[in-house]
Amino acid sequence: MTTDPWFVRRSVGIGWRPNSWQGWAITAVTIVAAVTAALVSRLAKAPAGFVVTVAVVATYALIAALTSRVTAPAPQHKDDVPKRDARVAPVSVAAAAASPPHPQALVVDRLTKRFGQRVAFQDVSFAVGAGEVFGFLGPNGAGKTTTVRTLGTLIAPTAGSATVLGIALAPRFGQEIRRRIAIMPESPGLYLRLSVRENLEFFAGLFSVANPQARISEALAAVNLAARADDLCSSLSKGLRQRVALARALLSGPEILFLDEPTSGLDPVATREVHDLIDGLRRRGVTVFLTTHRLEEAERLCDRVAILNTTLRMVGRPDELRAALFSRGLVVALGTPLAAADDVFASVDGISSWQIDARGRYVLTVSDPQQVAPALTRALVGAGADVESISESRHTLEDVYLELISSDVEAQAR
Amino acid sequence: MTFSFARLAAVAVKELRELRRNRFIVATMVVLPVIFLIVPISDLFRTAAPAAERAQVGVSLLLLLIVPVVVPAAIAAYSIVGEREQGTLEPVLTTPVSREELLLGKALAAILPAVGIAYLLFAIVVVVVRIGAGQVVVSAVWQAPNFLAQALFAPLLAGWSIWVGIAISARSSDVRVAQQLGTLASLPALGVTALISFKVLQPSIALAVILAAILAALNAIGWRLATAVFDRERLITGAQPGR
Repeated sequence: MTTDPWFVRRSVGIGWRPNSWQGWAITAVTIVAAVTAALVSRLAKAPAGFVVTVAVVATYALIAALTSRVTAPAPQHKDDVPKRDARVAPVSVAAAAASPPHPQALVVDRLTKRFGQRVAFQDVSFAVGAGEVFGFLGPNGAGKTTTVRTLGTLIAPTAGSATVLGIALAPRFGQEIRRRIAIMPESPGLYLRLSVRENLEFFAGLFSVANPQARISEALAAVNLAARADDLCSSLSKGLRQRVALARALLSGPEILFLDEPTSGLDPVATREVHDLIDGLRRRGVTVFLTTHRLEEAERLCDRVAILNTTLRMVGRPDELRAALFSRGLVVALGTPLAAADDVFASVDGISSWQIDARGRYVLTVSDPQQVAPALTRALVGAGADVESISESRHTLEDVYLELISSDVEAQAR
Repeated sequence: MTFSFARLAAVAVKELRELRRNRFIVATMVVLPVIFLIVPISDLFRTAAPAAERAQVGVSLLLLLIVPVVVPAAIAAYSIVGEREQGTLEPVLTTPVSREELLLGKALAAILPAVGIAYLLFAIVVVVVRIGAGQVVVSAVWQAPNFLAQALFAPLLAGWSIWVGIAISARSSDVRVAQQLGTLASLPALGVTALISFKVLQPSIALAVILAAILAALNAIGWRLATAVFDRERLITGAQPGR
């Protein structure tokens, strides 16, 4: 029987494993079509009634075979949505901390992405622990967004490997990975003709969120937008649209949340709220992968940061990066300059060098500021100096960032 | 990869909500069918000669089939490239929705109004004819093959128009170009109508079924084509994967 869907499928080379209701549905459609065609041909006194019947049956069988891949039964998986939703706590900043489900949420090994000759990022390797807030910094065009898209399975890497929540970054696992993560792109990407709630209802449907209305209310409350739920998105300001996008990212209770410039366009109050929200997510054990240009934001929020400029320049805690790039020091401000500065500083153990900065202060390179400071104070007082202040010299993450990026610029210039 | 009818339904519901609030689309869906309603009805009421009545009925009813081709063409052509232009495609592609669910949801949202309008127009025509037209026209219109042709061809023509439109939309970088190409590419399906109107082909049950089979096959090919050209990476970055 050439119209057997199994035979047709084999003939056209499409994998198909029909379940019972699909088989019944196709059979029912075929029978109805055949009976209809037979009746019509009889009513119309058409001479080729049999041919008509066979043609209709064959047509439906062909449709069934060619579209069967779509209706293939879903393989049962251990991470079914209801199970996941039961495990992930509701969106709430004040929720109790949850223990991370995996020791390492992200492991990236020599990942590379090229578009033709252009290198987006190259040989990038790092790991992000579960529950960690990981900052991803870099200048425009450094490959930050492309990295996020790659880890989010939107684009395929050219080389290297990675695991997301223990799942290999491969096309066949794309849907499984996307089910357990959320990405908030830099542009909110809202449907402006739909209301805030309708936008979120759509995404709740795509994530198969259980009890969607309750989740939507929680997500909106988390970003302080509950009162605007029924407003059209076209009527919202840029900052409010950004908040809706954040609520959308929170909707599915993701285990990893990729935030691409989440505070872009937000006013200081809204920025503070987003920061508080990220802190809340950290307490819940959600892994946050944050790309940002705001270095003070990264310093305030991130457990560790990575600085990317096509290749990964550094990864570590902000204080580790500072220590790696800058020597530790003390800054001494005096009422009057020392007459014999060399002698005074040479008498204190732990001071390796000194210089005077633009404001006339002595900047000392020391091995351990806390150990050196008391001895230095005694030496200065002993020398009759008029001490105004002694403080540890501080380098910000911005200093680290600028040091790394400017060294790249200099290297390129050479 | 799992297939979810809930995700498909979510896409379709969102699309229908957006269509409902798009004045241009709503205007197209109202104005065009009205034009295609007036012409066949006036033709049928003017038909008086018994010898010509049967051919005129066939032509008038075939004119109605232009509606399911034209109405969804613009919607389908906008469906992917439009989302890409307004920046809504990337957030959607970050979700677990598969391309099959996404495209079927969009196609469903386009085919429902198109087929609904086509059936409604046909219903209006046959009822108006029954009430006011001459007996020869009524008996010519109220034939089972006419009902079968409308029932069969409206979704198949709409389906072809939609899959072609979606495939073009997935490969285009500009909404206007996609809509022009989509409408152009859906026109060959109307060639049959023209051939019958010009009496090159004689309408018959056998011809209707053969054409339906061909259209169904074209729909299946269109569906495979649309899913094959839908590439997440290219849609997001504009670059071919692996290049």
